[in-house]
Amino acid sequence: MSENLTLPAQQGSTGNPSSAETLLSVEGLTKHFPIYGGFPIKRKVGAVQAVDGVDLTVGVGESLGLVGESGCGKSTTGRLITRLLEPTGGRITYKGQDITHARRRQLAPVRSEIQMIFQDPYSSLNPRQTVGSIIKSPMEVNGIDPAGGREKKVRELLELVGLNPEHYNRFPHEFSGGQRQRIGVARALALNPKLIVADEPVSALDVSIQAQVVNLLKKVQDELGIAFLFIAHDLAVVRHFSHRVAVMYLGKVVEVGDRESIYNGPRHPYTHALLSAVPEVKVADEGEGEGEGRERIRLYGDVPSPIMPPSGCRFRTRCWKAQDKCATEEPPLVQISGNRDGHLTACHFPEGPTTESRGEDVVLDPALKALEKSAEKD
Amino acid sequence: MPDGRHEPEQAIAGTGMGGTMDLGVDEAETLEKRPGPDGTGPGDRPRSLWSDAWRDLRRDPVFIVSALVILFLVLISLWPSAITSGSPLTCDLSKAQQGSQSGHPFGFDGQGCDVYTRTVYGARTSVAVGVLATLGVSVLGSVLGALAGYFGGVWDSVLSRITDVFFAIPVVLGGLVLLSVITSNTIWPVIGFIVLLGWPQLSRIARGSVITAKQNDYVQAARALGASHSRLVLRHIAPNAVAPVIVVATIALGTYISLEATLSYLGVGLKPPSVSWGIDISAASPYIRNAPHALLWPSGALALTVLAFIMLGDAVRDALDPKLR
Repeated sequence: MSENLTLPAQQGSTGNPSSAETLLSVEGLTKHFPIYGGFPIKRKVGAVQAVDGVDLTVGVGESLGLVGESGCGKSTTGRLITRLLEPTGGRITYKGQDITHARRRQLAPVRSEIQMIFQDPYSSLNPRQTVGSIIKSPMEVNGIDPAGGREKKVRELLELVGLNPEHYNRFPHEFSGGQRQRIGVARALALNPKLIVADEPVSALDVSIQAQVVNLLKKVQDELGIAFLFIAHDLAVVRHFSHRVAVMYLGKVVEVGDRESIYNGPRHPYTHALLSAVPEVKVADEGEGEGEGRERIRLYGDVPSPIMPPSGCRFRTRCWKAQDKCATEEPPLVQISGNRDGHLTACHFPEGPTTESRGEDVVLDPALKALEKSAEKD
Repeated sequence: MPDGRHEPEQAIAGTGMGGTMDLGVDEAETLEKRPGPDGTGPGDRPRSLWSDAWRDLRRDPVFIVSALVILFLVLISLWPSAITSGSPLTCDLSKAQQGSQSGHPFGFDGQGCDVYTRTVYGARTSVAVGVLATLGVSVLGSVLGALAGYFGGVWDSVLSRITDVFFAIPVVLGGLVLLSVITSNTIWPVIGFIVLLGWPQLSRIARGSVITAKQNDYVQAARALGASHSRLVLRHIAPNAVAPVIVVATIALGTYISLEATLSYLGVGLKPPSVSWGIDISAASPYIRNAPHALLWPSGALALTVLAFIMLGDAVRDALDPKLR
């Protein structure tokens, strides 16, 4: 089964960050939201450690998927990188330029190269502006006059994202969720960005529309060579879209690697648990001996509070392999033996390097399996 | 399986998520078949929330009635001589307290002045005070409130405490104290007093709606583009925060008119020989048993005016309330 999944050499080149030129690199990125309390004079009584020491790199034209459950700091990381939030610590480097604390004017050239797509297509478009002026505004703010005028460029963008250019003068409330998200994509593309931070771009959409928007993003990425930081909690979508995947838990990256390596050979227990939670669709084919399905790893308890995260490894409170060492020593994010190049894991007691050792079937896309079966037969 | 990267795409398509690049049939259809602005058919004219609100308002009887009343009031305060030939200051004591008679439909008040003429001329004072005070309150209140809501922090805390202090001042008592020391007999001290005590109400509304509007992703999106503060506020926040301010200001206009009448009644607002409904009500109240008409007409005009503005505010709120859309 997994032999069939070993993929051609092509993924070696896209999946390995060292071979691609680094576009964005993030080191030790930290964001603590202060909590104020006390009377009559308010003072800082604590901090929500939303993001606590995240390291990431995104290569030119590469798509990095950032996954994790709700509240683990994925969106905060995205907003820190687009500098919508001011980092508490760490470094953000874009094309070798440190933009961690750059001011608005210094940031201006970078702003046009890093764009964002938002989760909620209903709140991300100004209801008082027409589609034309929404998509035009990035060019206005940055004083860019494309050849043929801004309006022509807007119409081209509308066409590119699969909308009718005649809808230039419509207002957002006249569109469906999927169409609105396309408008958001067009706005992000208006300045020919090099990197798009997509913050759960499809999770607010209907499943049938999700695929359309994901495919649109994929097309944009393939044709325009734009790098993506693709934040999502839907593992199937990330697998479809991303070259590399980073898994976050409670403000930290616990595992990062190229897509196949993460999906087929996860080492961190949390990644195992996440992957085992992907719903399985049974395909009625004549396959033999696969009726029993996968075993799901159930995590008990809640995600600990980011105000008081556990000492040492943050996952230890829910980990079935946790030992004393996990409470005292924080595991570094390193390449552990048996991992493919560039696959880093932060765990003292990683799971085995292959999925077989888990004794489970890890096929995530039953339809894919069915396709392969039929390919084998031919 | 020729290419590893495209494998999963087919897989997703296979599980039922249609993976075409074109618009879904449903999506395209809804757009084409959607009726245009007039419900006549496809149209490409821009249709904003404001024009939607206007469409609702035009069909709202409450709006139509109150707007007609207000229009009439504005017209007679601009050209009172169009419907009355007399002067409000020409009085004949020999006719004091007389009832309705030919040429004087509302009768005469205690000083023998024509009640009809005085009621008509009184509208000018009320409308002028109401409109000017509302303008002042709206500008001052919404600018301060919007700044507090947008920048937050210390500025916001200071402003919130100041508004709390102003809310603690009783309006009528404050008016008696502050206005009794002013001798000028124009509408300006009254307007100034109303603005002074009225702006905190508007600034609270403006602050709240700016805070709501600035959390929207489209404001974040504009910030991510590097938009300046003024662009963020003027293009993105203000247009989405202004509706509640307009509604509250419209309703407040009615209450400011009645506040002017109250202050004039108490003798600290406008004083004779100015013409104001409040003055007339005050002057007529000692003779209520002998000449109730002298009290009734200015009171009725005042009540109708205040009601019209409050109803207008209600109708506008219903039309603008996004939760009903």
